[in-house]
Amino acid sequence: MWAYEKKLQYPVRVSKCDPLMAKFLMEQYGGADGELAAALRYLNQRYTIPDKVVGLLTDIGTEEFAHLEMIATMVYKLTKDATPAQMKAAGLGDHYAAHDSALFYTNAAGVPWTASYIAAKGDPIADLYEDIAAEEKARATYQWLIDMTDDVDLQDSLKYLREREIVHSLRFREAVEILKDKQDQRIYF
Amino acid sequence: MSHVLDEAYYKQLHDLQAVDFVLVELNLYLDTHPGDEAAIAQYNQFAELRKRIAEQFESQYGPLMNFGHSLSRAPWQWKEAPWPWQV
Ligand SMILES: [Fe+2]
Repeated sequence: MWAYEKKLQYPVRVSKCDPLMAKFLMEQYGGADGELAAALRYLNQRYTIPDKVVGLLTDIGTEEFAHLEMIATMVYKLTKDATPAQMKAAGLGDHYAAHDSALFYTNAAGVPWTASYIAAKGDPIADLYEDIAAEEKARATYQWLIDMTDDVDLQDSLKYLREREIVHSLRFREAVEILKDKQDQRIYF
Repeated sequence: MSHVLDEAYYKQLHDLQAVDFVLVELNLYLDTHPGDEAAIAQYNQFAELRKRIAEQFESQYGPLMNFGHSLSRAPWQWKEAPWPWQV
């Protein structure tokens, strides 16, 4: 089962109401390389991957939910004081019409999250390469997001998330090596 | 809803987040380096420290966890704000 802790993994502060930035951040909420996709991708792959890397997938998948809560907090804080006119001006008129200022799992363009964003091939190397690619794409997205805001408080939290993607990618690469060693043993001994 | 809390709250929360960061990092590292005994010793040492910091935080600001992982005073404290996105 999962346990919930009543705190963020890392502080999220914003220095202004900015619904346009909130719209861009939704890419990491309900987008293809976002935190929801990441958490569900890794946790789902666990059941058929070799025992040696189940722990890693469990832990990174769980950490992604903590990141999802940080992104939600950013979107919430950036939009909570926005008027309908401000939401509309930021391109969130369609969102507001359907959801008011409730969060929803869409990407920055308003497209709802779909399971086709994630893969589970059942082949451990194929799945881990998918995970490495996902981390690199998420890292790149965080960089674009950092480049699009001048809010230094928000940038600080986004930089933290960008660094986590780098660590996750590194760990997944190590997991590939661990499984490759095992494969070689099977072939040569 | 947003909640204004005293400086000590943010300081203690930050201390907890800092020690938890060390633990997450060591945990993921150990998942792929399970034979590193020095890292395991460090992990256990920080886990003990974490327990003390969390207990201190909870005694002042209420339970961090539900489902029996934290104790409650009366009335039931778990459902009290602030929630993480409100601070
Ligand atoms: Fe990640």
